[in-house]
Amino acid sequence: MSKQAKKPKKELTIEQKINRRNFISFASFTVLAGGAYGGWRWLYKSPEEAAGGITGGTRKPLRKALNKTELFFRRVFSDNHLVKTYPKEMAVKGARVNSDIGIEAKKKFDPATWKLNVVKKGGEVLQVSLQEIMALPKTEIVYDFKCVEGWDEIQHWAGVKFIDFIKHFKLDEYTKMEYVGMETPDKAYYVGIDMPSAIHPQTLLAYEMSDKPLQLQHGAPLRLIIPVKYGIKNLKRIGTITFSNTRPRDYWAEEGYDYYSGL
Amino acid sequence: MKTIKEKHSLAMRWCHWVNFPILTIMIWSGMLIYWANDTYTFSLFGHTFFRFFPDWFYRALKIPAHLAEGMAFHFLFMWFFTLNGVLYILYTIISGEWRELVPNRHSFKEAWLVLLHDLHIRKMAPPQKKYNAAQRIAYTAIIIMGIGSVVTGLAIYKPVQFYYLTWLCGGYHFARIIHFILTLGYVFFFVIHIVQVILAGWKNFSSVISGFEVVNEPAKPAIQHTNDEQAS
Repeated sequence: MSKQAKKPKKELTIEQKINRRNFISFASFTVLAGGAYGGWRWLYKSPEEAAGGITGGTRKPLRKALNKTELFFRRVFSDNHLVKTYPKEMAVKGARVNSDIGIEAKKKFDPATWKLNVVKKGGEVLQVSLQEIMALPKTEIVYDFKCVEGWDEIQHWAGVKFIDFIKHFKLDEYTKMEYVGMETPDKAYYVGIDMPSAIHPQTLLAYEMSDKPLQLQHGAPLRLIIPVKYGIKNLKRIGTITFSNTRPRDYWAEEGYDYYSGL
Repeated sequence: MKTIKEKHSLAMRWCHWVNFPILTIMIWSGMLIYWANDTYTFSLFGHTFFRFFPDWFYRALKIPAHLAEGMAFHFLFMWFFTLNGVLYILYTIISGEWRELVPNRHSFKEAWLVLLHDLHIRKMAPPQKKYNAAQRIAYTAIIIMGIGSVVTGLAIYKPVQFYYLTWLCGGYHFARIIHFILTLGYVFFFVIHIVQVILAGWKNFSSVISGFEVVNEPAKPAIQHTNDEQAS
């Protein structure tokens, strides 16, 4: 230590104070702005998820964020939160057809020989005919169908509640699993649904629209109507149902959309 | 003599400058989402004056066919937008700065006088503290708009889980319309804000970065006199 006594600090002149504070604040501002810009470039240029995964088509950090956000909003999900329903008269006569992936008209398909395949543990397949499904209690719903694109339409559907279907065919133990997977018979369109949404009291396996048997372009003979999800999850022409503890493959999640897509 | 006059707190400057890029990203990603169902027009008596948005606008900003990307960005930055807004509101409440910001009973009348003054119609502006009446209204309105964006956003993002918010916003359609109009409001605010900042000059702009303004005060006498002496 120096023996010399420290010089008493000179009081800064007002000019020095101004310059010092300006320097500190403008330098910090520039550094922070540069950091923010760098952060944005990093995010914008970050690589896409690896191809062939369950999800794809978006930047890795954004997918991570979507998945974290899903966890948050799953906490507010409740069977008691019901989608708003409307009187029948408010429903459109012919619902909008937005997609025919997996059910293209040129594709050979015979509704008469169709059966629903439910894959059970050990690979055992339960085959259910439309008649068996129609014999179960029918539930109707008139609600505002919402597309991820932003449009919506009040539509009238009828079918069996998914949870009623589960109970009737003694599949209760499968509701302890995390996910339900559904695919079209040709496996070209497929969705994964978290169990709470699948067994929500308004989720239907629908076989009627606007009081008439379902038409092919709307997913005959049997389609999923899940009001707590965007339209992309409402699979038409269900061929196979599976249960799993990991996410089943999902057509639009592979294209950059949120896997959860819940409303 | 020059003196330093404290003007903007660090919290206010931080929230302001953090909000700027976040809101820009929210508006951009919002347009990517809106494009997928761009049904809004400005019509009067059956005549459509303007369509949101014209094709040249979409092309210039490379908006078409990025819905998934828009949603991914929007649903990440919504957290930062909300968090920053909550921090700002909490700060203004706890610090007491809200008193300088919230319009008082004179503000609406005075704001009119400020407007006339700014448009060079009236010579004198009404006396003001930190913010003039027009600023009070604008800076409070923008916070209410921010709250509106979060609420209407939630109402269209999770209309089943937050059905009461959707109901409060007048339904799914109306909530989306408000959400859209609020965004137009930000753009309008931004334009006016930039013009005003340019007109107010560098000193004013600089204070939103440094926090202080340099003011010239008449030099104080070196020896403080008592009141009695001064009076004599």
